This record gives sequence, structure tokens and C-alpha cells, in this order.
Amino acid sequence: MSLAFREAFLAFRRWPALSMLSVTTIAFALFVASLYGLVALNLRRALQNIEERVEIVMYITRGTPVEVITLALDDIEAFPEVARAAYITADEALQRAQRELVEFQGIFSEFDTNPLPASIEVRLLPGFRTSEKVGAVAERLGSFNFVDDVQYGDDWLAKLDRLRNIGAVVGLMIGGAFALASIIIIGTTIRMAVLQRSREIAIMRLVGATDSFIRRPFLVEGCIKGALGGLAALGLCYAAYAAVHRLLFQAEFFSTQQMILVVAIGTGLGFLASATSVAKHLRQI
Amino acid sequence: MIKFVRVYKAFPSGSLALRDLSFHVAKGEFLFLTGHSGAGKSTVLRLIYAEHLPTQGEVRISGFNTAKLNRREVSQLRRRLGIVFQDFRLLEDRTAEDNVAFALEVTGAKRSVIAPKVMRVLAQVGLTAKAHQYSNELSGGEQQRVAIARALVNDPFVLLADEPTGNLDERATRGVFRLLRDINANGTAVLMATHDLDLVRHANYRTMELQDGALVFDSKVDQQAMKKGTA
Ligand SMILES: Nc1ncnc2c1ncn2[C@@H]1O[C@H](COP(=O)(O)OP(=O)(O)O)[C@@H](O)[C@H]1O
Ligand SMILES: [Mg+2]
Repeated sequence: MSLAFREAFLAFRRWPALSMLSVTTIAFALFVASLYGLVALNLRRALQNIEERVEIVMYITRGTPVEVITLALDDIEAFPEVARAAYITADEALQRAQRELVEFQGIFSEFDTNPLPASIEVRLLPGFRTSEKVGAVAERLGSFNFVDDVQYGDDWLAKLDRLRNIGAVVGLMIGGAFALASIIIIGTTIRMAVLQRSREIAIMRLVGATDSFIRRPFLVEGCIKGALGGLAALGLCYAAYAAVHRLLFQAEFFSTQQMILVVAIGTGLGFLASATSVAKHLRQI
Repeated sequence: MIKFVRVYKAFPSGSLALRDLSFHVAKGEFLFLTGHSGAGKSTVLRLIYAEHLPTQGEVRISGFNTAKLNRREVSQLRRRLGIVFQDFRLLEDRTAEDNVAFALEVTGAKRSVIAPKVMRVLAQVGLTAKAHQYSNELSGGEQQRVAIARALVNDPFVLLADEPTGNLDERATRGVFRLLRDINANGTAVLMATHDLDLVRHANYRTMELQDGALVFDSKVDQQAMKKGTA
């Protein structure tokens, strides 16, 4: 094994330009792919923020006893879809309206009695924020007999659904295309490295090296190139992220696990690309 | 030890490189393989180290039919052969020592075993002083000596040499040839393809001549035939 490492490092020393070219192409391929991943990540976060606001409001018939509502709250929170349910009394509703709708403050003070109904605001768990599921829950909530009306933003929920679906399909397509392009680019550069050393490989075979022995330094080399490319791609991504974050809008960077994943993918791609290139070459000789 | 039994070798291009070739090389024998360029000398050697397989007939090395060997076994076979070419086939950016050591490293030999063996064969070919020189800094004759040292380091039972003196001047040719004779005198069989007829005439070794892939002369067979004829 130490021999494989020695040969791999020797290859870096002997063909620094070609090695740099491989690392650079891997880095750029992974940079484009992971930059796309970063964009997808931030879009998903944004979408999640919007989803957070998905809420069902149950307006309560005037005069319903508080005990009935308290009991119902327990029932509602027991729904598997429900994250939490909050009771907003008529007074609280008025206070909130006065606070939030400053322009209409005058109107509210003109009423003798509070015109706003009490309500229960229901938030759903993350997996249940599609328009179909929200609709189903809303229908069940509407069947409580103290409920006047149930509201949720069904039209914008439908839009959110569509956005999510388009995002998933486009993401899968672009992500797949980038991954494929990276594999082809990396495969080509490693193939160049293999061809560069075809003389050496021929000599190795001549003196009785087995295929696995010949393969090993290339695999080590591919892994190292892939890992270096992955690290460089992360560096480029960070630069892009930092620029956007400072100049345009608040964004998020990869988590540690995601960064490790990028480097691991680079390493894996380097390994796969060299394995296939060397195997292809060995099959021909 | 090396046995060809009615061997034909055709290439996909349609050329028939060997036709109905049968011969046997005994342990420790020295054999010249002669013939014009394109006669099939290199093809014979390639069949021995299993780079090619016969289209028809059998090539047997130490009793093994080369057509039945898998890739791994071919590698094992080559470790028991020493192979030398006209163009040396050294790794240029490595020292003489590293080039020789390389052939041992691929067998998975231990470092402690490698160093003394390498020094021993470099001494045998007279290159102890140049062990640390890069092979592209050596003369042609010296490079061929390094290649021979590499071929010897695994203690082969036969040395296959494909026009080993083809790129060398007369002096270097004589030196390399003397080396091959010494190696043979130590018990290693040598099979040397050459079209240097001067070399062949001056040494009294078995000679086989190929013409268009067919064996047209084998001094051993002809001598035996002559003996039979006179008896
Ligand atoms: N790999 C090959 N593909 C096609 N034809 C070949 C190949 N190797 C050798 N030949 C043909 O086989 C014949 C013998 O070649 P070779 O053994 O190299 O001759 P020599 O070594 O005696 O000069 C030639 O006609 C050559 O063109
Ligand atoms: Mg030839």
C-alpha cells in the first residue's frame, strides 16, 4: 500500500501540470454542482420559511363557553397533523388588530362592542403543509359545532405546491446533468493521466505486475485529486457565498456534514473515474 | 521447458505471422532466432510471454499451456521470465537502481530483500558505479545493461531478448552479448532474436531461422539429421 502512495505522489511530482489540470477540472465541475446545491439549499430554506406561515384559523361562534374551547384545543392538538393550536380571545384579536393595523385605529375605537370574533390558530407539522392535507384538516376542524368559519390560504397554498414540484423536478434534472458532466470531465482528465503513463503501465505488465497492483496507485491518485478538487470547490463556493451574503442578501452556507459530503463526493468521483479509466485501459492491453 | 506445437498465429488484419511452428527449448539452452524483419521473431517471443495467444496449436511454458492462463497467472509467468527489448523500455526519470527495484516491487517483495538483490544484479552487469544515475543519463549500452539487470532480478529460468543489440554500436553490442553468454553460462536459458548474422556466426549456439513465419532452419535438428545421415 505504501508503494501505491509513493507512486501516486511521484505522479504528482512528475506531471505537476497535468495533475493540476485534473484537480482544477474536478474542482470546477464540483464547484458548479455544489454551487447549484447551495442555491437549492437556500431556496428550500426560503420555501420552508414560507411554509412556516401555513396556518388554519377557526372563527368561533360568539358566546361559546371557554370550557368548550379548552376541551376542543386538547382534541385538536391530538390531531397527528397539528403542531400546536392557540386560542385567541376576542379581546386579544382586537388588541392585535389595533397594533398591526395602525391606519384603522380610529375605526376600532368607534365600536362600542368588539366586532372581532375569538379564534383558534392551528399550525401544522412540516410534512402536512400541502394544500391537499391542509384542506383535509381544515374540513375536520370545520365540523366542530362552535365554529363559524374556517380559513386558510388555499390559493397561495396551491401555488406553493406547484413551486415545490417545479423545484424538485428542475433540481433533479439540473443536479443530474451537473453530476453527469462532472463524471465525464473527471473521467476524461484521469484518462489523460492514464494515457500519459501507458508506457509505464506496459512496463509494469511486462515485469509481471498484476492488474490490481497497477490499478492501486491510480486509485489513490484519483482519490487524492478528487478530495483536493472537492476542497477547492468548497473554497470557491464559500467565496461566492460570502460575496452574495455581503452584497445581495442573507444566505446560508453548507453545514459541516454537507461540506464533508462535497469532499466525499469529490473523492468518490475521483475514485470511480480512475477505476473506470484504468480498467478500460487494462482491457485494451 | 518452452515448447511450440504446430503453432499458427494470424492477426485480425489477415497477416499470418507464424505458420506451423514447432520447436523445443531445453533448460539452460542458448538459442538464436534469426530471420528478416517481419519474419515473425518478435511474435514468437510475444507468444512465450503470453502477450499473444496462438491462433492454432499450443505454446507450453514449464508445462503450462499459455492459452489456459488467466491474467493473474500471466503476471505470475512473467515474473519467472526476463524480457529485454531493442528499445530498453526503462522508466527514464528513475535511477538505474529504481528501475531494477521496480521489477521486484511489483512482486510485493520486502524492501529489505530488494536492496541487496538489486545491488547484486547491478554488479553482475557491471553497473554498480552508476546505480544512482537516471537511466536517460546512461549510454545505450548501459541502458541495455540496466534492462538486463531488471530482467535478471527475479531469477528467471529464461531470458527473452528481442534484438537486444539492435540499437547499439559494435563495442556495446559485444559487451551486451558477452553479458548474455555469461548469464547463460550461469544456467539461465537465453532466447535471443537478432538479425546480426556476425554475432550468430561467431558464437557456436543453436540457431533457428524463420522465413515468413515458417521455420526454415534449425541447427539442432539439422545436426541431428546429419548425425543420423552419417551413422
Ligand atoms: N499486432 C500485430 N497486428 C498485426 N500484424 C502484426 C502484429 N504483430 C506482428 N504482425 C505481423 O506479423 C509479422 C511478423 O512480425 P514480427 O514478429 O514483428 O516480425 P520480426 O520481429 O521478425 O520482425 C509481420 O508481417 C507483422 O506485420
Ligand atoms: Mg521484431
